[in-house]
Amino acid sequence: MFTRKLTAVAATVAMGLSLAACGDDPTEGEASASDTITVGSAQFPENEILAEIYAQALEAKGVKVEKKLNIGAREVYIKALQNGEIDLVPEYSGNLLTYFDPKATATSAADVEDALDDALPDELEVLDPAAAEDKDSLNVTKEFADKNGVASIADLKKVDGLKLGANPEFKTRSYGIPGLEKVYGITGVKFTAISDGGGPATLKALLDGKIDVADIYSTTPSITENNLVTLEDPQNLIAAQNVIPLISDKKASDKVEDILDAVSAQLTTEDLLALNAKNQGADKAKPADLAKEWLTSKGLI
Amino acid sequence: MSVVTDTVDWLTASEHWSGPDGIPHRVLEHVGYTAETIAIAGAVAIPLGLWIGHTGRLRSVAVALTGAMRALPTLGLLTLIALYLGIGLTPPLIALVVLAIPPLLAGAYAGVESVDPQTVDAARSMGFTEGQVLTRVEIPLGLPIIVGGIRSAVLQVVATATVAAYVGLGGLGRYLIDGQAISDYPQMAGGSVLVVVVALLLDALFAGLQALSSGRRPSLRSRAPSSP
Repeated sequence: MFTRKLTAVAATVAMGLSLAACGDDPTEGEASASDTITVGSAQFPENEILAEIYAQALEAKGVKVEKKLNIGAREVYIKALQNGEIDLVPEYSGNLLTYFDPKATATSAADVEDALDDALPDELEVLDPAAAEDKDSLNVTKEFADKNGVASIADLKKVDGLKLGANPEFKTRSYGIPGLEKVYGITGVKFTAISDGGGPATLKALLDGKIDVADIYSTTPSITENNLVTLEDPQNLIAAQNVIPLISDKKASDKVEDILDAVSAQLTTEDLLALNAKNQGADKAKPADLAKEWLTSKGLI
Repeated sequence: MSVVTDTVDWLTASEHWSGPDGIPHRVLEHVGYTAETIAIAGAVAIPLGLWIGHTGRLRSVAVALTGAMRALPTLGLLTLIALYLGIGLTPPLIALVVLAIPPLLAGAYAGVESVDPQTVDAARSMGFTEGQVLTRVEIPLGLPIIVGGIRSAVLQVVATATVAAYVGLGGLGRYLIDGQAISDYPQMAGGSVLVVVVALLLDALFAGLQALSSGRRPSLRSRAPSSP
C-alpha cells in the first residue's frame, strides 16, 4: 500500500519535472516550416520591443512570421537559433562578438562588425547594424559636468578623487577601471559597486553626490529624465553595441534582408530611449503596440 | 579542475589574504556589521523584551509584530530602504536590525517568563522591589534563554550580512556578488565557505556563553548544598 502510494507520488513528480523541462527549454521542439520565420528575443523588454519591430515589419511585407519571445539569456537563444527552433533575434554587436570570441578586442562599431563576420559560425549571419546602441555609458549630473568642464571620459583625468559607481564587474572588466587607466590614463578612482545594473540605487547615489560618475545603460530612460550628461568616449573604451539582426543563414533571403535593413537604417539610440521610456513609464505600453507605433511613424508599415 | 580544488586554491592564494579586498579585512568588516547590528537591535529589543516578560503586557502584540518582522525578506527591505536613503551603511544596518529584533525580543521575554512564578513570588514576599525582582531573580534565572536569543540573532545576522555588499559596502558578501558578476565561481564558493566558518565560530562562542550563563544560575548553586 505504502509502496504503491510512493510510486504514484514519484511518477507524478517525474511527470511534473518533465513537463516543466519542456516548458522551460525552448531549444526542444521542432523547427518551423521552411517558409516561416520564427522571431525570438532575449528576456528583457527592450529586446522584446525590437523583436516585435522585426516581426511586424516582416509580416507587413507578406513574410510568414511566428514569435517565440522572452527566451532568456544569450546562451539559450543562440542555441535555439543554431538548432532551428528560432530563425531571427535582435542582438547587440559587441556582446554577440564576445559570446563567439571571448578574446575579441575590437571596440569601435566598424571593427566590431568586421570581427563579427569572422567570429560567427557558418549557419548564422548578421545583417546591417542600426545606429541604435544599448551599452554601458558613463554619466554625470549636469551640475558636475558644468562645474568641472567635463564632456568626455578623457576630461575625467582633471578631476581629483573621482568617485565612480557601477556594477561590480566594472572593477575588473577591460572597459572598467583597468580600461580607464590604460586607455585614458585615469588613476586613483574610488569605486563603489552597486549591483543594480545602473538602476534606481545607482541613480540615487549619483543624484545625492555619493558618486560623481555612474555606469548606466545608454537606453535607460532615467538618463533623459534627470538631464544626465553621457560622457563621450573618443577612444572607444566601451565596445560598440549596435542593434543588429542575427539570422539563420537559410532564412536570410534577399527580401527578408531588405526589410530588416530598412528597419535598421531608421533605428536610433534616441528611438530606443523613447520606446523604453514608454514601456517602463506611467503608460506601461506593450511591446507589440510600441513596435507598431514606431514602424508606422517611420513609414515602414 | 573541480570546483572544490579551485575553491581551495582561491582560499589559500596569498594575494587573497592581504589588502582591502583581502580575507582578513573582509572578515573584520563582516563581523563589524554583525556587531553593530546586534548592539543596536539589542539596545532596542532586550530592554523591551525584559519589560514584556516581567509585566506580561503587550505580549500578544510583540508576538504578532515579531512574527511579521521575521517574514520580511532582508534583501527586498534593503533595496527599498536604499532607494530612500541612498547607498551607505544605514540601509543594510536597518535591514539587519529588523532581522535581529525578533529572536532578541523573543529570547528576552521568554527568558523572563521561564522563571518559576513561585520563585518570583518568594522574592516579592521577601521585600524585593520590582526592579530587584527583575535584575536579581528573573534576569539571572532567565539568562540562558536570553543569551540563546542573542546567539540565534547573531547566527542569522552573520549569515545575512552578505547583503551589505549589494549596496556597495564590504564584508564577505563582496566575494559572492563580485564573483557572480564576473562568473568567478571559486571566489563565490570561497566566500560562502568563509561565511559558514565565521558563523560556526561565532555560534560556538555563544554556545559557550550560554553554557556559562546556565552554570551561574543561583537557583542551582543555592539548591545544590541542601539536596541530600
